[in-house]
Amino acid sequence: MFMLLVIMWSLEAWSGQAAPPTGGPIADRIAAAAPHDTVRVEAGTWTEPTIVIDRPLTLLGEPGAHILGTGGYELLVIEADSVTVSGFTFSGVDRTFMEDRAAIRLQDAAACRVTDNTFRDVFFGIYMARAADCHIENNTLQAQITSETTGGNAIHAWYSKRLTVAGNQIDGFRDGIYLEFTDDSRVTGNTSTNNLRYGLHFMFADRNAYADNVFSDNRAGVAVMYADGITMQRNVFRRAWGASSYGLLLKEIRRGEVMDNTFDGNSVALLVESTDHMVFGGNTFAENGWGIKLMASAIGNVFSDNTFRGNTFDVSTNSRTLDSSFEGNFWDTYEGYDLDRDGRGDVAHRPVTLFSVLVERHEPVMYLHRSLLVDLLNVAERMLPVLTPTDLADPQPRMRPPL
Amino acid sequence: MMTTLVRFHIKNALRSRWLVAHFVLYLLITEGLLLASGASDKTLLSLINVVLLLVPLVGLVFGTIHQYNGREFTELLLTQPVRRSVLFGSLMAGVALPLVASFALGVFLPFAWHGGVTWYQGVRIGTLIGLGSVLTTTSVAAAFMVSTGQADRVRGIGTALGLWLIYAVLFDGAVLLMVTTLGQWPIEKALLGVMLLNPVDLSRLILLQVFDAAAMMGYTGAVFTRFFTSATGYLVAGAALVTWMVLPILAARHRFLRQDF
Repeated sequence: MFMLLVIMWSLEAWSGQAAPPTGGPIADRIAAAAPHDTVRVEAGTWTEPTIVIDRPLTLLGEPGAHILGTGGYELLVIEADSVTVSGFTFSGVDRTFMEDRAAIRLQDAAACRVTDNTFRDVFFGIYMARAADCHIENNTLQAQITSETTGGNAIHAWYSKRLTVAGNQIDGFRDGIYLEFTDDSRVTGNTSTNNLRYGLHFMFADRNAYADNVFSDNRAGVAVMYADGITMQRNVFRRAWGASSYGLLLKEIRRGEVMDNTFDGNSVALLVESTDHMVFGGNTFAENGWGIKLMASAIGNVFSDNTFRGNTFDVSTNSRTLDSSFEGNFWDTYEGYDLDRDGRGDVAHRPVTLFSVLVERHEPVMYLHRSLLVDLLNVAERMLPVLTPTDLADPQPRMRPPL
Repeated sequence: MMTTLVRFHIKNALRSRWLVAHFVLYLLITEGLLLASGASDKTLLSLINVVLLLVPLVGLVFGTIHQYNGREFTELLLTQPVRRSVLFGSLMAGVALPLVASFALGVFLPFAWHGGVTWYQGVRIGTLIGLGSVLTTTSVAAAFMVSTGQADRVRGIGTALGLWLIYAVLFDGAVLLMVTTLGQWPIEKALLGVMLLNPVDLSRLILLQVFDAAAMMGYTGAVFTRFFTSATGYLVAGAALVTWMVLPILAARHRFLRQDF
């Protein structure tokens, strides 16, 4: 009896290690697989109804494995924990206004991995609903949507936690990465470009970290709203260009850090609105229209060791009284001196010019940009501030950019 | 006759130390900016400020002074069998052409020997030099208006400086006043029309459009960009520039033909 059990057990073990049956639809192979099996899918175009993964397993696409939909349904739905999907190309998911139809949906799944896949011409790419501890890594997602209202998001997370979104290449969606009610996640090393709305967008998403990402040529840049305790480090925000485009838009954000990021060639590099107790340090603002638009509703923020270079306006604000401080930044427009040679200027720098205040109040004043009159007015205002905020000043600006 | 006179007047202007100084000034400014920050957009932006400031000033002042200095000779020529229109043309060309040439060369040469200019920057430099040349012509014609009508040289130069002040500063002051008082109204498009009335502002707006569009975003910027990148915008701006060259010349010519010397 015991021997029989051993034989049964070893047979079971043996069948677990063997390759699952090949040929036939992917759905059938999944149905035949035992938990934690590896299901390999060979090269070819697979068109079948929505594939549901309802047990933990690894679905591996060999090079050339292509899951192609006919448009009206989702391609892959993951409903179990510990599922890995890797190596596929997904395409053929049409847009719809009735649901967020995605190429891959993770529904109430935990510890899943979606890695090294390619998504082309899909509505939503990867959609996570109540997922936890999932890794979305090294995928390539491409779409060419034409209008903001008819596009989907590349990577979308809703009510999820502890996600890792890393090393993905995203191009041409509505939002590149959208986290909604998603906490304690890490978004690192992604490239998100040419999206019609935001390269990265998160709302009500607390304690998330964003590092080493590149966001460029997104129509509205990156938007961060209603979040607590975020950190953003070493990201690049580039060419958010247009009437209401922001390199980084912060609204209702508390107690976070924005460190060592690069803002390059945006219409407005950083908009800070109703945001309190944030630290902005070591960032570079170069060649932007506005470096920082600091709204009166922002409280207790600290800007230190940042570099401002070649911006049309370094800082502009809509208020005369401000509760944020600037300490030891480098301003290329600084005209002071450093007699004691400690690397810090001896007179305070007021980054808000009269012209920026006038433009803030009456936008058409912009027509006078770079005219002699404006230069004269700016100099006069600097001598005797009347309209510009007197307390918005960097008391000890750096003479050289921080390294 | 025309060519002889033009050649003479150009030679005469070229003998002027001021013209050489004018050339050297632009050469030094451009070279200095290039040495300081390379062939970058920043250099070109700084150049815009210089060009918009200096070019009309030099055109007006140099044009006026030159006319007064050559007044005896002009009167002598008027006693000869030379048609007034021919004489005017040669006088005008004799000042405007050397000024344009020295300005254009002064800006162009440093870029030429530094090299490293991208095609984009080439277009920008071209626009800058082109608009500078238009402004030179306009201001020289305005200088002729002043110096022909006003026999007193001090008052003439004063009037020229006053004109410069109006176009470089006071006009913008009026615009600022208008915007701040009428700020509630949608005046963006009307303002574009107002800007056509001042060649300095018109040049500045065209250069801004070519150079740093970033700050011109926002609603005003959108109106502005749409205008200057549309076919109508090109036509209107171009026509306004041509008008600003031709109209002062015609007015100065008219005055010169009728003036009792």
